[in-house]
Amino acid sequence: MYVAVKGGERAIEQSWDLLAKARRGNPDVPALSVTQIREQMRLAVSRVMSEGALYDETLAALAIKQAAGDLVEAIFLLRAYRTTLPRLGTTKPIDTATMRLSRRISATFKDVPGGQVLGATYDYTQRLLDFALLAEGEANDAHAHGGREPLPGEIRADLAQDSAHVESNGAAAPGEVTIPPVPPISATPRVTDILGRDGLLEALRADGTDPEPHDLVHSPLFTPASRTARLQNLARGDEGFLLALGYSTQRGYGNDHPFAGEIRIGQVAVEIVPEELGFAIDIGEIAVTECQMVTQFGGNQDVPPQFTQGYGLAFGHNERKALAMSLVDRALRTQELGDAVTSPAQQQEFVLYHSDNVEASGFVQHLKLPHYVDFQAELELVRRLRAEHAAKYGTQAAGASDGLAAPAVQNTQEAA
Amino acid sequence: MSDAADLLNTSRDTAQTPSPASSTATVEGYNFAFLDEQTKRMIRRSLLKAVAIPGYQVPFGSREMPLPYGWGTGGIQVSAAVIGANDTLKVIDQGADDTTNAVNIRRFFARTAGVATTTKTSDATVIQTRHRIPEAALHEGQIMVYQVPMPEPLFRLEPRIVESRKLHALGEYGLMRVRLYEDIVRHGAIATTYDYPVIVNGRYLTSPSPIPKFDNPKLHMNPALQLFGAGRERRLYAIPPYTPVESLDFDDHPFEIQKWDAHCALCGATDSFLDEVITDDAGTRMYVCSDSDYCGSRTATKEVA
Repeated sequence: MYVAVKGGERAIEQSWDLLAKARRGNPDVPALSVTQIREQMRLAVSRVMSEGALYDETLAALAIKQAAGDLVEAIFLLRAYRTTLPRLGTTKPIDTATMRLSRRISATFKDVPGGQVLGATYDYTQRLLDFALLAEGEANDAHAHGGREPLPGEIRADLAQDSAHVESNGAAAPGEVTIPPVPPISATPRVTDILGRDGLLEALRADGTDPEPHDLVHSPLFTPASRTARLQNLARGDEGFLLALGYSTQRGYGNDHPFAGEIRIGQVAVEIVPEELGFAIDIGEIAVTECQMVTQFGGNQDVPPQFTQGYGLAFGHNERKALAMSLVDRALRTQELGDAVTSPAQQQEFVLYHSDNVEASGFVQHLKLPHYVDFQAELELVRRLRAEHAAKYGTQAAGASDGLAAPAVQNTQEAA
Repeated sequence: MSDAADLLNTSRDTAQTPSPASSTATVEGYNFAFLDEQTKRMIRRSLLKAVAIPGYQVPFGSREMPLPYGWGTGGIQVSAAVIGANDTLKVIDQGADDTTNAVNIRRFFARTAGVATTTKTSDATVIQTRHRIPEAALHEGQIMVYQVPMPEPLFRLEPRIVESRKLHALGEYGLMRVRLYEDIVRHGAIATTYDYPVIVNGRYLTSPSPIPKFDNPKLHMNPALQLFGAGRERRLYAIPPYTPVESLDFDDHPFEIQKWDAHCALCGATDSFLDEVITDDAGTRMYVCSDSDYCGSRTATKEVA
């Protein structure tokens, strides 16, 4: 009962019990392990790590388990844990040009140095439910998508295969998929670097400086925000929100003509420079998804026409987020590039203050909290206004004019 | 005449055709070419309207397809609605038959309709395309199916659909003329290189889909039936055979197509649309035909000779 919200200790405790039971589901079905979630729901884990702003696959998987698959709740759990951690140091900037690539594509050129590497992607699956996965056994897994029979319509099977396993296993017999040993992290030139060499693409740091990035965790956001603050905000921002905003720029609410210059996914090394050592040491690897969106810019008196960039980065494998982020990043640069801000995605205040799903989810859902003191005040007001209305225009009109009373109420203060 | 070309005479026979799925290897549990016959009929009716009013965007009940929106769902629905068991399908993306998206869509129809597929432009009765029109001239009886991301040519100027529909109704295209004029003022030339706006049959401003403007002249008086499908935006439109299509321009800034100071590194063509390929880390480039069939057949002819 809702009344129990008021001081209902027992009610809260019982709600916890019910939640634990509901989370567990039917006890006859074996419980999911955190390891299973980490290994088999890697994309959910990636999203929770990105928006939870903490790179820890196991804790992200734990949060997903605890939140019964509610990813926004899991993100909240991870953020609430993250905030308790001491800051031991700051890493050097990760170098995404040097990466152990598992996937790398460019939509701007048919082929690029280093090749187009499809990797593991849902992109070219046909969205037909694979009922074989309904059978709980693992027996079918090996055949799920890697069937060696040439598929109907696969006119250039040999060609398609070559491009799917670029270079890494050139020696393998045709038709035989071998998993190569883990290659070292190595440099692959970025498509944008090649464009940049000809001046076709804006230089990332025109003035040669590299300012200390803004830290949103320690200092609050004000607009106009620096690019580093914006990127940090977007990196933690809700995937769905950024997706919708990015999409709106493609439908005319914004005007950027985007091309996916490069999307790369892989492992990068993380380095710190401990004070007592004075040189960088490698402390491990993280997986990231990076998107460099190449967009148009008409130029002005000082700058000739050139391509501009939007940037997106997410932990783990999360292309949708990285692409959407890069579109929104570019849209938020509208003003600095000398164009008029006309669309929601270009408005810093609108985007940056509403992107965080921990904030948004909390405030939207706080409407479930008791508000009856404020509501009582409103109730009293509406009753009084209706009585005054009745006195002025007669009771009949008041009865028929429920709709008319509403605008008066809207002018009063919102309940906080 | 192919089944597909028969479409405009009757749509009944296709609906009554015993499912060819029984005789060819197609996916079990799905109708011929994936869509059910009721849906195909709805799409065909919309296509008939589109053909009757060249360049006009006909709203239609676009369905969820097993490929994502933006990847050709409109084109796939149009192809599924017009294709028959005796048709031969060619699918290109960026002009090439071997690009991943083209391979995927061709495979989809091979699986769900069991139709013959080809890479030869001249052999195909239905050609689904993204971003190109083949270099080889099309002939009567062929159907070009274009995948369209944004059917509304005015969307960057007027994103509100209520308003843009009014502008079309009134034939009020001043916005677009002014935009092209502003390009000339800023850059000295019209700065639109793809999805270059056209007027179809002297009436409707139409998006040719994001083909390079290089291909725009091929839209004009083309003997093939050209159908355009936008799945996510739920619109169909058409350019019937032998319809005049004019690319917008000004008397003192006539419409021009792209030119290269290069030729194809494989077949030597100088008259085709060339893709730039970066061949090494130093940024060395070579140019090759975007139309893989055109390039391949030219290379083959050379070898024979």
